[in-house]
Amino acid sequence: MIAEWIIVAFLAIGVIFNALGVIGLLRFPDLYTRMHATTKATTFGSVFTTLAVIVYAVSLYFSTIEPQFIVLGIHALIAALALAFTNAVGSHAIARAAHRSGILPVPAVVDRLKEAGR
Amino acid sequence: MIAFFLTFFLSLFVYLILTAGSGNVGLWSVSELTAGVALSLVTAAIARKFLCRAGNYRMANPLRFLLIPVYVIGPFFLEVIKANLDVAYRVITMRIRPGIIRVSSELKTDLGIFMLANSITLTPGTITVDIDEKTHDLFIHNINVGTGDEQKLVLRDHELFSIADLPAWIRRIAE
Repeated sequence: MIAEWIIVAFLAIGVIFNALGVIGLLRFPDLYTRMHATTKATTFGSVFTTLAVIVYAVSLYFSTIEPQFIVLGIHALIAALALAFTNAVGSHAIARAAHRSGILPVPAVVDRLKEAGR
Repeated sequence: MIAFFLTFFLSLFVYLILTAGSGNVGLWSVSELTAGVALSLVTAAIARKFLCRAGNYRMANPLRFLLIPVYVIGPFFLEVIKANLDVAYRVITMRIRPGIIRVSSELKTDLGIFMLANSITLTPGTITVDIDEKTHDLFIHNINVGTGDEQKLVLRDHELFSIADLPAWIRRIAE
């Protein structure tokens, strides 16, 4: 019973923050600010939906004692870790490639990378 | 030789996690355990020079790599929560002052810089765009540059984080 409430709460947090990420993707002005919205969707949105899966697996394991639910939990955890790593490396690669190919942050108060001549 | 054993145990560990729940010797079946040991030996023979390229075995110390989950669940997660709420506020109100700032850090090893850059990228509102190879300064796109920060040529790394001192934690883990 408590586990169900925790699952609902985690899913709600995840979906709300994923929705905010999509709204940010539509509203923000240039590539870099839009990528802030997408990192947010990954770190909070998807990690919390995955946490809901883990809580579900653990609660089912305690009520049925079947090892397949532990496997489900472990695989969900691996998915969350892989998502976090690929998200960090991928957004850095996109941002660096964009800046090197001449897409500058359009509303920007300062651009030290351009001043550094690269 | 140390590099061989470290690569072997790491790849065996990853294999065992991925195949957990396949049988009844612990969580694994006998055939999976045999296949895991054989494949890890092959992996260690091929990949030992890539994993331990830096030539030091600091991270083999359990005190260091057991600190990584503590770091991720504790101070890093607090920073991520705060930054998420901050960016959510900026998505709704559109009060943004974007800009690329230059941030210097005292971290020297490749692993330390890697962890700092990835922590910064995973925190919403900041993305590591590029790195100065000589001075190890990071160029960071910040969605809300603090008032007056655009005048400073170089910022210190701990000024980016307001709750926990993440660079000090990374120094404790990686250096």
